Amino acid sequence: MQWETVIGLEIHVQLATKSKLFSASSTTFGAEPNTQASAIDLAMPGTLPSPNEEAFRFATMFGLAINADINKHSVFERKNYFYPDLPKGYQTTQLAEPIVGAGIVTVQLEGGSTKDVRIHHAHLEEDAGKSLHEDFHGMSGIDLNRAGTPLIEVVTEPDMRNAEEAVAFAKKLHSLVTSLGICDGEMSQGSMRFDVNISVRPYGQEELGTRTETKNLNSFRFMEEAIEMEVERQIEVLESGGSIRQETRLYNGDTKQARSMRSKEESNDYRYFPCPDLLPVVLDDAYIERVRQQLPELPETKKQRYIEELGLSAYDADILSGDAATAQYFEATAKLSGQAKLAANWIMGDIAARLNQEEISISQSPISAEQLAGLIARIDDGTISSKIAKQVFESMWAGEGDADSIIESKGLKQVSDTGALEKMVDDVIANNQAQVDNYRSADEKKRPKMLGFFVGQIMKASKGQANPQAVNEILLKKLNDQ
Amino acid sequence: MHNLTIAELAKGLRDKSFSSVELAQHFLGRIQRLDKTYNSYITITEDTALAQAKAADERLANNDDSPLCGIPIAHKDIFCTTGIRTSCGSKMLDNFLAPYDATVVENLATTGAVMLGKTNMDEFAMGSSNETSYYGPVKNPWSTDCVPGGSSGGSAAAVAARIAPGATATDTGGSIRQPASLCGLTGLKPTYGRVSRWGMIAFASSLDQAGTLTRTAEDSAIMLQAMASFDNKDSTCIDHAIPDYCASLNNDISGLKIGVPKEYFGEGLNPGTEQAVRAALEELEKLGASIKEVSLPHSHLAVPTYYVIAPAECSANLSRFDGARYGYRCESPKDLEDMYKRSRGEGFGDEVIRRILVGTYALSAGYYDAYYRKAQQTRRLIKQDFMDAFKEVDVIVGPTATSTAFGFGAKKDPVAMYMEDIYTIATNLAGLPGMSIPCGLVDQKPVGLQIIGQDWDEARMLNIAHQFQRATDFHQLAPQGIE
Repeated sequence: MQWETVIGLEIHVQLATKSKLFSASSTTFGAEPNTQASAIDLAMPGTLPSPNEEAFRFATMFGLAINADINKHSVFERKNYFYPDLPKGYQTTQLAEPIVGAGIVTVQLEGGSTKDVRIHHAHLEEDAGKSLHEDFHGMSGIDLNRAGTPLIEVVTEPDMRNAEEAVAFAKKLHSLVTSLGICDGEMSQGSMRFDVNISVRPYGQEELGTRTETKNLNSFRFMEEAIEMEVERQIEVLESGGSIRQETRLYNGDTKQARSMRSKEESNDYRYFPCPDLLPVVLDDAYIERVRQQLPELPETKKQRYIEELGLSAYDADILSGDAATAQYFEATAKLSGQAKLAANWIMGDIAARLNQEEISISQSPISAEQLAGLIARIDDGTISSKIAKQVFESMWAGEGDADSIIESKGLKQVSDTGALEKMVDDVIANNQAQVDNYRSADEKKRPKMLGFFVGQIMKASKGQANPQAVNEILLKKLNDQ
Repeated sequence: MHNLTIAELAKGLRDKSFSSVELAQHFLGRIQRLDKTYNSYITITEDTALAQAKAADERLANNDDSPLCGIPIAHKDIFCTTGIRTSCGSKMLDNFLAPYDATVVENLATTGAVMLGKTNMDEFAMGSSNETSYYGPVKNPWSTDCVPGGSSGGSAAAVAARIAPGATATDTGGSIRQPASLCGLTGLKPTYGRVSRWGMIAFASSLDQAGTLTRTAEDSAIMLQAMASFDNKDSTCIDHAIPDYCASLNNDISGLKIGVPKEYFGEGLNPGTEQAVRAALEELEKLGASIKEVSLPHSHLAVPTYYVIAPAECSANLSRFDGARYGYRCESPKDLEDMYKRSRGEGFGDEVIRRILVGTYALSAGYYDAYYRKAQQTRRLIKQDFMDAFKEVDVIVGPTATSTAFGFGAKKDPVAMYMEDIYTIATNLAGLPGMSIPCGLVDQKPVGLQIIGQDWDEARMLNIAHQFQRATDFHQLAPQGIE
């Protein structure tokens, strides 16, 4: 039987506010356990939540960016369950009236086609703390630094049909929230976490199959692996006559193993009800308009601008506009060097390769946009050849300074001086009489190929610094008029 | 000294009849001698009191004009106090020290008030007799065989026994007004949002409101003036202008339109209580008010509505007491679930557990619509009753409680106890301010007259109460045997 996969996502996006959703505690990642937890975060008796205005602005920005309805009246509710990293015994979240209503995200797929993924809604909520089960000798440690950090949970419709679409959507969302500046996008730190709802059904069937939810995937690769593994598992179960159990699953990206965490029967009755400590959040048109005015340029607009104004290909424009930090780096390089196309080539080529190799992000690149622009300028004005440029690039990456000082100190400047070049050409002709004779007796068609030998000799003699174009011209002249 | 009101004590301090330190010592001495009988305090804060009194004396020497400067008061043990145990009347918090002050505590301290101690209360403010306290029942100074009412029974008994000139209290369904009625005091529950709830341990967040227990309306005005503030630490606190509550106390009340709800005089009202209340209404008429019967047709829904909403909210509010971070934790838990079950099972008393269970049930899948949602709808109807009545009258007046103080163990059936608040609960559901003032004695036990005002109308209610107290002396009666 042919099976169709149906995927819906729930994405927790940690908002990059300075303080928590309902307290003034800092949200900085990586602090000593429980140093960023106030009496409110610890749910001490008598404490009350004070909402953080910035979180509402960020949620509104997100809603506007996906062309969603912004709900002018939204309500916080309590989701009740007991867990040690949930100090109040309930999570303050939104259910019936979320701040962001339905929207659409258009995703670019490989091969040039696009896919519309409908967003069901996005709501504001607080994150829980962390339970640490190692190093406590059979007990558990609780770190409440993260407790109360603002999140938006984005819920999609089950619109994706394979892992590629799901991952493309996830990347698009990552690009969107980082471009908006509402999330730092650091997936390894849990700034974006994906829950994937997966079901399969026979092709042509309208009704959805029973789904499972794989929780807390924090890399695109793990997400892809988890989806493929789960789809395969479900098809195997169904084809061997079994049925899918509605359950929550976990995927371990390191061991490449998935397991069931709990079934639907074991799931909690969360007893949601409106939080009586918080009034409904009321936004007016003027507020929403103000946030709209202040929206930064979105990736889609950026991409169009790169194509139309900077002359990039759609492919290049898509990649460079996709990530806020990359876009910023590219624009700075292009502006300073005045060579958008060259800047794009270098960033997508050598820079990307080295970043990848060293597993660092572009903001950590040892070559700044200014430095890269300096290198491009020297290629552009003929000071160095593209070949020498690679050598200068490596030195720059190693922290040896900017392009000009490296070219200077290593004497890499291209030789374009006609007198010097003519002398080199004369020497090569004089020392290789046999090849010269061969060349001269060969017919026109074979000659260009044979020219390479002489160019090679001259480049060797100049240690690569001879301007190849000038060398070509002089050689042709000298070989052809005898 | 202890027979003087707060207003009189403030004058005495300025006349140098006594110092704040002498005043504090006098009350601390009375607490030592008398409170073994009443059990109105859970914690006595002698050191704090003397230090604050000393500081107040210095302020007074510099002509400080705050009427509460140097005046001893007691705080209901529901208000958090930095470094001083805040138990909420529960074993769960017997060891709890808050690292912060409630806004109410802070506001009163700022004006120079002196904290004598923390008063007894029903556990987590759940009760109408003070019998649910982990620290034992409080005795009514008017009759030590009887309860003082609840949940603010400790604050009420302390003021009635003249071992505190005034006390803070909280009212979720009548917890200030009913004890005021049973102990012959003036009790004021302000409009919801008037006084910050920060640092006040939550029972039912949408109903809880802090207020005062004093002997006179004038003292209530003085205390409310200090307690009321806009506080951005409490999102439900409302930034509404705070009038000068004392300035209007002496206004003439002739022309006042008083509504008397017929539903508050039905079956269950003790005849003696009714007689005292009717006599008080006549007194108000003599002062120039007109009396008109009004109807609050959904009154019968108030108790059932309350006993869905309050337990629902408390079931979530009390989830934080899990033995993990502070408060009671059971001995040697064998795993997480065992820690939760035993810490909560052992740390909470029966009434608290009953309400958590009721609330959990009311919010459960499949029951939410029938209980919680329905209760929210009836809550709106109850509020609408008041809005309709206030189109015709300025204030609503009736009995506070069905009868005078009852004996210990007299209301073992929880529902019988819940009916104690039948006349006060609707006010909380509607968010309106309510007051109880003494209006007579039946069998030597006090009767309370309830005044219900419109939103933010505390000044007018205090004015009415003050005028009534100028014309009568019920508020001056003192229980026997308090020295």
